[in-house]
Amino acid sequence: MLVIRADLVEEMVAHARRDHPREACGQLLGPGDSDRPERYVPMTNADDADARGSDYRFDSGEQFRVYKQAMENDEETVVVFHSHTRVPRRPLTDSGLPEAYPSVKDIEYMGLQPGVHFAIVALTGPDAEPDLRSFLLDADGEVIEDEVQVVERYMLSHTGADDVPDRS
Amino acid sequence: MSATVSIPTILRTHTGGEKQVKADGSTLQEVIADLEANHPGIKDRLVTDGALHRFVNVYVNDEDVRFAGGLDAQVPDGGTVTILPAVAGGR
Repeated sequence: MLVIRADLVEEMVAHARRDHPREACGQLLGPGDSDRPERYVPMTNADDADARGSDYRFDSGEQFRVYKQAMENDEETVVVFHSHTRVPRRPLTDSGLPEAYPSVKDIEYMGLQPGVHFAIVALTGPDAEPDLRSFLLDADGEVIEDEVQVVERYMLSHTGADDVPDRS
Repeated sequence: MSATVSIPTILRTHTGGEKQVKADGSTLQEVIADLEANHPGIKDRLVTDGALHRFVNVYVNDEDVRFAGGLDAQVPDGGTVTILPAVAGGR
């Protein structure tokens, strides 16, 4: 299960809207081993294989800088996020949305980050209704859907209500 | 000529869970050969057909080696080599 604050979901969706029809990508960092996303870091989509922007790739230099900063803060990547925007090129669900389901290429790369949640926001247009889903690979490399629970704040028994991210 | 190599989670099965290991070599190629000597199997996760695998990003100090000579990239004594999983997808 992915438990995630509503404001972080809003940041991901806003990024997907801004970049539509290109795929947007980013990551959510949180304290090491917490499985708790605390801040959204939008990433530059450096994929240039297709000018229509239907693939994504983290810019490698930017990825390194974010990684270094995360190490210094004792943070880690909890969620990798990207959007799906290509209506004609993806199977359509009954709702007419581009399916928020990992592609073959998504799954290849998911295998490199065991334990990381892969969140996908499907968006047919910049003003469309978003469909957020999250996935993990199990030990056999099979895709399993990760139930997403959106909360106003994390309930942390040892620190009380979490109105403010641990680090900004 | 010794470098510190940061190992991503996915490859720590080869290093007994260690996040950082030492390796000798003055080029990335030599560093990877030394890694393989001490942590068998790791080379195949990094190199395919004589080039770096597209699933990994490798940095010497702060620079992505794809822009610094690939496997021939120079590794200074006391330098750091960071291996990160490439993050990509789509289609």
